Amino acid sequence: MTETPNSKSISRRSVLKGTAAVAGAAIGSGVVTGFPTIWAQNIKDVTLRQFGTGVSNLNDVAIKVKEDLGFTLEMTALDSDSVTQRAATQPKSFDIADIEYWICKKVWPTGNLQAMDTSKIKNFDKIAPIFTTGKLTPESTVAQGTAPSTVGFVDGKDGTAFAKDVTGWMTLIPTIYNADTLGIRPDLIGRPIDTWAELLNPEFKGKASILDISSIGIMDMAMVCEAMGEIKYADKGNMTREEIDKTIAIFTEAKKAGQFRAFWKSFDESVNLMASGEVVIQSMWSPAITAVKAKGIECVYQPLKEGYRSWGGGIGLSANLSGLELEAAYEYINWYLSGWVGGYLMRQGYYSAVPETSKLFMSENEWGYWYEGKPATGDITSPTGDKLAAAGDVRDGGSYEARMGAVACWNAVMDENQYMVGKWNEFIAA
Amino acid sequence: MSSKRSISNDLTGWLMASPLALVLALFLVLPIAMIVVVSFWGATEFSIYPAFKLDNYQFLFGSAVTYSVFLKTFMFTLISWALCLAIGFTVAYFLAFHIRTQTWQIVLFLVCTVPFLTSNIIRMISWVPFLGRNGIANQTLISMGIIDEPLEWLLFSDFAVVLAFVHLYTLFMVVPIFNTMMRIDKSLLEAARDAGATGFQTLTNVILPLTKPGIMIGSIFVVTLVMGDFITVRFMSGSQSANVGRLISNDVALLRYPSAAATSVVLLITVLIVIGIMLRFVNIRKEL
Repeated sequence: MTETPNSKSISRRSVLKGTAAVAGAAIGSGVVTGFPTIWAQNIKDVTLRQFGTGVSNLNDVAIKVKEDLGFTLEMTALDSDSVTQRAATQPKSFDIADIEYWICKKVWPTGNLQAMDTSKIKNFDKIAPIFTTGKLTPESTVAQGTAPSTVGFVDGKDGTAFAKDVTGWMTLIPTIYNADTLGIRPDLIGRPIDTWAELLNPEFKGKASILDISSIGIMDMAMVCEAMGEIKYADKGNMTREEIDKTIAIFTEAKKAGQFRAFWKSFDESVNLMASGEVVIQSMWSPAITAVKAKGIECVYQPLKEGYRSWGGGIGLSANLSGLELEAAYEYINWYLSGWVGGYLMRQGYYSAVPETSKLFMSENEWGYWYEGKPATGDITSPTGDKLAAAGDVRDGGSYEARMGAVACWNAVMDENQYMVGKWNEFIAA
Repeated sequence: MSSKRSISNDLTGWLMASPLALVLALFLVLPIAMIVVVSFWGATEFSIYPAFKLDNYQFLFGSAVTYSVFLKTFMFTLISWALCLAIGFTVAYFLAFHIRTQTWQIVLFLVCTVPFLTSNIIRMISWVPFLGRNGIANQTLISMGIIDEPLEWLLFSDFAVVLAFVHLYTLFMVVPIFNTMMRIDKSLLEAARDAGATGFQTLTNVILPLTKPGIMIGSIFVVTLVMGDFITVRFMSGSQSANVGRLISNDVALLRYPSAAATSVVLLITVLIVIGIMLRFVNIRKEL
């Protein structure tokens, strides 16, 4: 018996794609018989379907791909839960999965993705070491949680188990990553904030928020509980049942006491909560801060003494890709790492996997502000032209090394995930 | 001769009924059967596998959350239904008996439907800037000197959820009630008056009994819509409140299809029981 979502996706796909799929197959077979000269023209007919979180599914990227590489990239933006769901259950609905590393840990065993040959990736040796060896500098230690380096490689093309060291086969090509912390409204708080514990401070009763995505929310909760000195975790990214129970209990109590104004699930919700002043302290993502600032409202991505909760995303290839489409996908990856996208993302406040090439697409002022943590020498604008900082401003948290070097844990998927999810549901319903 | 005709009549009857039967079987019976089947299946983290297990139901009935969430769903349903009925009946009564010309009745009826030209979600979200801490409602109340501090419970609360439900679904009450009211023979009202009934007596003894089918149809709309909703509760409570729909959507989001299916089956049965009880009061088919 086949499961429902699968069969549904096939029929939907066949209806939607219709003749395009047939045309694609015809081109594919043409390449197999081998006429290298038609490649250049045919690639224009290729359409790659990419899906991922709104974070990196940018229309500007699709437009630039068409311009630089000639083929069409179709983007679908979904929330983290839906991304996991689609990657795990609808392998035929995508060609390229833009997912986070913890999602990769969950999805890889389904065999819906194929490993990538690193020898085909031009800038492989320039990828930031945090994704290969896991160490920012040779002295650093790998943080808790699903660190990208622990799920970044497999033994061979068809490998199912993650390799401990760097191999020639990568699961995801890292694209963007960042260090997350709490966002605050300094104008409404009026005093310095320096610890995660402040999220549950009764001073902010009815003005706090946390995100309602269980796998990430539980980590923010853990950062808070540890900062409060209530719980000491062996690994925040892989809690025991008792640790989960205790963590959820602390937050359920706070919820019942009216600590939270709301929970948010999508990027826009977090922006609106903060911009409207409904919430003054909450878990937040970097571009959401940028969006609030772009409205002319003061908002700080507050560095905290316990460190950051970090995440990383990457591009994975569908196991269904082959022939010309697979070649196009490699083209796309090489283009992705060649700098234009990196520069674009860095100007939004993310980090790119190959900072070296991104630098080529940024001004000295931008590079200094976003990457090196130096005071801006002129206005800093977002890729869409909104002013984000003026001369003299310094990025919250400082330089790349200062921020990525202070990562306390990575977004993760736990062994007790099912149990945690059940508990999370109880928390929301409580 | 006559038996031959009746056979062909039978056949025509079957043929005429079959397209609808087929559509219902394919798009209603089959999916529901599938949901019932899947509710007994097992699930791993990313896949579901055929089995016959009662685990999903055991977990559902064994969890205190389920009961509190069902209770909350009933609470939302009851309050929203009562408010929709009160407002919907009043509006329909006004349209049917106080507006004299049919043209104006049609015009005003269309005015009622204007908000429905935009989507559900937009109508719901537009409450957020209105009810927020620094929203229009609070600012107005403060400037009028009625309150000193902004009211926190206006938004992201059960109040907001019920408000949105009433706003979204009152029209579903207005339409069927208005429809039945329009069919009431005006001479009955005159007769009641001639017999010496007061306005209130006419309302309770003539109009109300005759509009029962409309009320019941409207009630079925509102009850099923509210009980099956998840997005209104999520947005208006700021994710802080849960009803059964949200339980299901959370399960679906986390790939726990069998568990979601089991909850759906229980919800479906609950809604059917509620409607069954409602239909005991009025025989819609007879009175239409």
